[in-house]
Amino acid sequence: MKVIVCVKQTFDTEAKIELKDGKISEQGINLIINPYDEVAVEGAIQLKEKGVASEVIVVSAGSDKAIDAIRTALAMGADRGILIKQDTGADEYARAVALATAIKAENPGLVLAGHVAADDGASQVPTRVAEILGFPHVNVITGIEIADGKATCTTEADGGSAVIEVAVPAVISSQVSWNEPRYPSMKGIMQAKKKPVANVDAAAVENKTKIIEFSLPAAKTAGIKIEDEVDVCAAKLADWMLNTVKIQVK
Amino acid sequence: MAGTWVFVEQKDGNIRKVTFEMLSELKKGGDEVSAVLFGKGVEGLATDLAKYGADKVYVADDDVFAAYNTGAYVAQITAMIKEYKPNCVLFAHSFNGRDMASRLAQKLDAGLATDAVAAEITAGKGIFTRAIYAGKAIAKVEVAGDPVLATIRPGVWDVGDTAGAGEVVKPALAVTPADVYQVQKSFAATVSARPDLAEAAIVVSGGRGCKGAEGITLVEQLADVLGAAVGGSRASVDSGWLGHEYQVGQTGKVVLPNLYIACGISGAIQHLAGMSSSKNIAAINTDTEAPIFNVSDFGVVSDLFKTIPLLIGELKK
Ligand SMILES: Cc1cc2nc3c(=O)[nH]c(=O)nc-3n(C[C@H](O)[C@H](O)[C@H](O)COP(=O)(O)OP(=O)(O)OC[C@H]3O[C@@H](n4cnc5c(N)ncnc54)[C@H](O)[C@@H]3O)c2cc1C
Ligand SMILES: Nc1ncnc2c1ncn2[C@@H]1O[C@H](COP(=O)(O)O)[C@@H](O)[C@H]1O
Repeated sequence: MKVIVCVKQTFDTEAKIELKDGKISEQGINLIINPYDEVAVEGAIQLKEKGVASEVIVVSAGSDKAIDAIRTALAMGADRGILIKQDTGADEYARAVALATAIKAENPGLVLAGHVAADDGASQVPTRVAEILGFPHVNVITGIEIADGKATCTTEADGGSAVIEVAVPAVISSQVSWNEPRYPSMKGIMQAKKKPVANVDAAAVENKTKIIEFSLPAAKTAGIKIEDEVDVCAAKLADWMLNTVKIQVK
Repeated sequence: MAGTWVFVEQKDGNIRKVTFEMLSELKKGGDEVSAVLFGKGVEGLATDLAKYGADKVYVADDDVFAAYNTGAYVAQITAMIKEYKPNCVLFAHSFNGRDMASRLAQKLDAGLATDAVAAEITAGKGIFTRAIYAGKAIAKVEVAGDPVLATIRPGVWDVGDTAGAGEVVKPALAVTPADVYQVQKSFAATVSARPDLAEAAIVVSGGRGCKGAEGITLVEQLADVLGAAVGGSRASVDSGWLGHEYQVGQTGKVVLPNLYIACGISGAIQHLAGMSSSKNIAAINTDTEAPIFNVSDFGVVSDLFKTIPLLIGELKK
């Protein structure tokens, strides 16, 4: 079974955000694979190691720089990549159409993704891809078993954990607690350089949403800090909680 | 205008607070506000929904809706949207809300703003404010559509007390067997006497400074005195002291309580992403240089093992 993993290149989670000409500046930003997508790549590689997946293909839509995210996944153990050239201003709809078009051409047995992108993450793209392809989907999984044409997924749900079964092909999105992604080995990094990456152009579709303004939040100012004996600290903190925040004690 | 809809988040007959927040906020706008309620044996909830502003309550009551099911729920609401033509449909930004809203949006070939913290809704158009890059930037997104679709972050709006008429409307069932493409095999509810992390008014969180189960127990004791939820940093989760569902931050949950108390948490940028919008922040940390003090309203530089028991004593006085 061919497994496709959608990987988005995102800003490093440590990145300091600045605006330039009213847009989020990419200047000096370290780019990484979205942490959730790294987990999805690991999940796909484990399916290959178990003999469930025959081939792991990573697909990313973005600028030329997104090749680095693909190479990282290849170094972890994915077999080949597809880079969809797309304006980074594409919205969730346009990205889903671009991804679904490339995925459809591969006729996969399973599509994996992250459940949310850690940058401007919307938690939309995998579900949209599933709808376009006419596949079932399951979001926010922490485990998966594939057998008899079905994917049985453990998911993090509202107020607990659910086990959900769908027929494959399906689109499945990851929670970070699914697995611990491996670090690419030196050998993996060398091999990744030789693995094939196809370049395709994004399907030409218009965005459905429009960003009308970016801004930065007001900087938070530090408040009161008490450095004193511990009983004084505790008393002052209790006083603040009761009289300033006005909490109720059970 | 054909009014605004709020999709009701309920499980086993318990309506989540975010539903009331959305109804209350929309009620201020003056347009007709409707609640859309799917479930089994749930019609009785209509009175609660009316209390917080629902002029109409659309009730789809059937076995197929007993548990959340994306395909069934989306098929039903799609048919209802075609029939009743709402101007806007809001969902909670929860596991189910965002799952349903994204599948619906794509089915309708429409845009969707997720995890919005503010909304301006007019006919055929919504402008939604989203906190992006883990709260390090803010984007205003315009969603044009018929209806306008968005998911709203829990806790950003207050629950009001303006009631609506609560007229019950029963739409026709529009689900076919093919729509039920997911089968829920089991559901294990998190058993906890504490409030849900995403909705709690007070959250007490423990980090690596808790050093192990003993420190986490102190955090839990403080939480119980306050009727608070327990949370943690990734360090506590990775150490196995707390399950991932308790993680606050960029790769965990975003919380918006009235009071957040960080115990033994340094305040890494990825942790701040999940809690820095809390209305009041307190920190207990032995390191006067810890970055958590840069965002806290009230910080004490002290050992949590000594401070928490004394704090509990003071609070109980
Ligand atoms: C991609 C990515 C995603 C991440 N996502 C998240 C996320 O969602 N949530 C998250 O929390 N982190 C996340 N992290 C991890 C984050 O970078 C930090 O490593 C983590 O938040 C540190 O947890 P901590 O504050 O508990 O531990 P530390 O940074 O080790 O801080 C422990 C603190 O405890 C204090 N302390 C020690 N002893 C005591 C005592 N006796 N009494 C009081 N204070 C004491 C110390 O002074 C210190 O400040 C992420 C990292 C990455 C790379
Ligand atoms: N440009 C992209 N290229 C590849 N995958 C993407 C892209 N955008 C989103 N995805 C996938 O969809 C998931 C959720 O993204 P989002 O809906 O933007 O939060 C990500 O974790 C990726 O797996």
